[in-house]
Amino acid sequence: MSTDIFLWLAQDGVTNGAIYALLALALLLVFTVTRVIFVPQGEFITFAALSLAMLESGRVPGTIYILALGGLAAAAIEIFVALRERAWRRLPRIALLYVALPLAIAAAVWWAAPRRLDQWVLVLLVLAMVVPLGPILYRIAFQPLASASVLVLFIVSMAVHYVLSGLSLVFFGGEGLRASAFSDAKFKLGVVDITAQSVWVVAASLVLIGALWYLFERTIYGKALRATAMNRVGARLVGIPTVLTGHLSFLLAAFIGACSGILISPITTLYYDTGFLIGLKGFVGAILGGMASYPLAAAGALAVGLLESFSSFWASAFKESIVFTLIIPVLVWQSLRSRHVEEDEE
Amino acid sequence: MNAARAPFALFLAFLAGAPFLLPEFYVTLMNFIGLATLVTLGLVLLTGVAGLMSFGQQVFVGLGAYTTAVLATKYGVSPWLTLGAGLAVTALAALALGLITVRLSGHYLPLSTLAWGIALYYLFGNLQLLGKHDGIQDIPAVSLLGWKVDTGRESYVLIWIAALAALVAARNLLDSRPGRAVRALRFRATMAESFGVDTARLKLVIFIYAALLAALSGWLYAHFLRFVSPGAFNVNIGIEYLFMAVVGGASHVWGAVVGASLLTLLKEWLKDLLPKFFDQSGNYEVIVFGLLMLPLLHRARDGLMPVFARLIPRDERAAAPAPAAPLARRAPPAAGVLLLEVTGLRKNFGGLAAVRELSFEMRGGEILGLIGPNGAGKSTVFNLVTGVLPADAGDVRFRGERIAGLRSRQIARRGIARTFQHVNLVGTMSALDNVAIGAHLRGAVGTGRAMLRLGRAEERRLLAEAARQLERVGLGAHLVEPAASLALGQQRLVEIARALAADPVLLLLDEPAAGLRLQEKSALADLLRRLRAEGTSILLVEHDMEFVMGLVDRLVVMDFGEKIAEGLPQAIQANPQVIEAYLGGVE
Repeated sequence: MSTDIFLWLAQDGVTNGAIYALLALALLLVFTVTRVIFVPQGEFITFAALSLAMLESGRVPGTIYILALGGLAAAAIEIFVALRERAWRRLPRIALLYVALPLAIAAAVWWAAPRRLDQWVLVLLVLAMVVPLGPILYRIAFQPLASASVLVLFIVSMAVHYVLSGLSLVFFGGEGLRASAFSDAKFKLGVVDITAQSVWVVAASLVLIGALWYLFERTIYGKALRATAMNRVGARLVGIPTVLTGHLSFLLAAFIGACSGILISPITTLYYDTGFLIGLKGFVGAILGGMASYPLAAAGALAVGLLESFSSFWASAFKESIVFTLIIPVLVWQSLRSRHVEEDEE
Repeated sequence: MNAARAPFALFLAFLAGAPFLLPEFYVTLMNFIGLATLVTLGLVLLTGVAGLMSFGQQVFVGLGAYTTAVLATKYGVSPWLTLGAGLAVTALAALALGLITVRLSGHYLPLSTLAWGIALYYLFGNLQLLGKHDGIQDIPAVSLLGWKVDTGRESYVLIWIAALAALVAARNLLDSRPGRAVRALRFRATMAESFGVDTARLKLVIFIYAALLAALSGWLYAHFLRFVSPGAFNVNIGIEYLFMAVVGGASHVWGAVVGASLLTLLKEWLKDLLPKFFDQSGNYEVIVFGLLMLPLLHRARDGLMPVFARLIPRDERAAAPAPAAPLARRAPPAAGVLLLEVTGLRKNFGGLAAVRELSFEMRGGEILGLIGPNGAGKSTVFNLVTGVLPADAGDVRFRGERIAGLRSRQIARRGIARTFQHVNLVGTMSALDNVAIGAHLRGAVGTGRAMLRLGRAEERRLLAEAARQLERVGLGAHLVEPAASLALGQQRLVEIARALAADPVLLLLDEPAAGLRLQEKSALADLLRRLRAEGTSILLVEHDMEFVMGLVDRLVVMDFGEKIAEGLPQAIQANPQVIEAYLGGVE
């Protein structure tokens, strides 16, 4: 392998790795706060990436239907609960958050789609469509089961993934889409060409990771999230509502998922089910980090990106097999460390 | 005929009649149900009973199918030999995967099953040997003594014989010595270890068994369709198998049939129905499946089998067990011989010293009371002596042998049995079955023999022993009731009966009198005296001082993890340090 191929592969690996790192952080955040193994994270990527590509070509993305339907379903649940508890005063807020807001976003996208607006506006529209899906999903699927075991929540996750991937095929169809690059510029760094898109991806990931760090270390909401992750009961005792931290962690997960989708859409052609695999690579990264440490998870995700890039050079057909087999040696190492008998909750 | 067996007989009659009465299309559908039942049954045992979740069973189906496809088409090996080969390949793969994952905590196994599901799917689709994404065609039919199984109706016979055999074997397994241990795995692993069950090994056995059922399904699939391709083993199929187990009811053997039937029929029906409403093509059934799972998980997490089970009258055979020859007993040590020596025992939990430099000894035929205020470290001492927790320092010797550092199942084997402060019973199992777990080490029947319903003589002896111990603690009238339905005091007595069923030399009782009424307490005290007379030594943690003082030979008093006094009951009652620990000192 020549040096420039090596560097080219490394660039590719770092670019993908940065996206996996973002996903790994989001998955870890959701898992530690809500104990949900959030497999549908990958669908946020798909929705965001395909929506951006469709908006660019002047089409209305099906995401607005998913958003509107999801909002209505969540509103129905909220209204049912409010009526049962005779809490009439909650109704206007429900109507605003779960009905008016999603419908307004949908209408805005509907209006904007044929107008071929500037790429920046499109990115904002995509975020506006995808990010609210996080809290909506939490409300519909996970909030009623907040105290269930990790394994039950995992099955719920799979069921949600099933629904979303089915909807994804319905609304986006089977064709692959790709958004145009934010910039076509290339830099010459030594012997290798660095594409501006890669720089964009890595820089955006670093900014997001920095923002997350700031959130956790410096804001009251971030501290509430950390407290819930450390001890749910304790957090509740000091007055942190776990429903709020649940919504918040899903909001962040959807935001990070949407950003990842936007960043990756000019690099890779995405299909309706591509996000699932990308999301799981984030999981592989998080597992490499022991499902507990943020820096280790990010490092693990970067390793996944590099491994994927180099294995696509040597054994392209077996790229996925190699990446997903990677967790086996890690699990071996972890199983050698653990000696205690597992006790599940009843 | 027994009313409880009527639904089973009806089911058999339906299965026997189906290939003659149903049109070809439905026979094919029944074949798919049978194939899915095999895989789902493995998941019921794995997930519902043993608490290990897998989204990767399709991998094992694929291993079974591809092994036979390659060997039969490329090398002309007889399908019966390739069945063995497929099972062997799968067993090896499951052993390797199981060794590294079943010991890890709950969510790692399902996550890693997803990962290897994807890895193997892409491997199936890219290997030249396996025909890449086109798969392998023209797989020969199975033939048995000249009978060639090459139609759907003939495959039906083979598939459902396998499925029924697997269902019966699973039922037999759960109703046996290893089956009781399996049922304790999910929520009561610590307890099971304390009675000698090697839980890690048992989980691995169940994991491999589930994989073998999947491989068998794969072999049948390959020779029924005569064609395999990677599409049949993708990740979604693995998720569907798990959904089947959840829908049917993951803790019931027959839930496998219910779940496999419902989802297979529903999928077929939706594939027919939905395109009529939507002009676009799409995986609409996937959306419907997902949407169905949500309310089911929110409202009826136990699946649909319990609903069916309520319609079936209770099986009356489950009454008191038949009398059987008693089990062999251990010879107790002579009275007064040194039995247990604890020296310099220490345990820290983070910055908290739960037990500090504790030393005491016990002799044969003695009841030693371990008392102290709440939080003094008494239960921690129990956990250290029985190996549930590893000690940070110090030594524990039992009959002269060092047992500190041994695992709790190894310590149980040496004749130490215990009860738990927080009742540690398998709530859904009868009191009798719970107590029979205590006698686990006094039997030898393993999973294989249990599935074939061999070793029933030993099983009768174990159950008779369990019944005898329950009668001894005064619960002879509650043998078949589920443990969770008993009052708390009765549950504590079941704990004691279970410990007694282990035929211990040393019995550790953690607050046995808590929750008992007065007559029950005096009956318990009588029982403990009788045990002492028979040579059993008892280490007793108890808060009821009247109960303790009238019963024990000696007392050890702990406070803040340290021994503050030791001696005869009367001397302890007058000890100023003890009084201070209990009532608070004068400032």
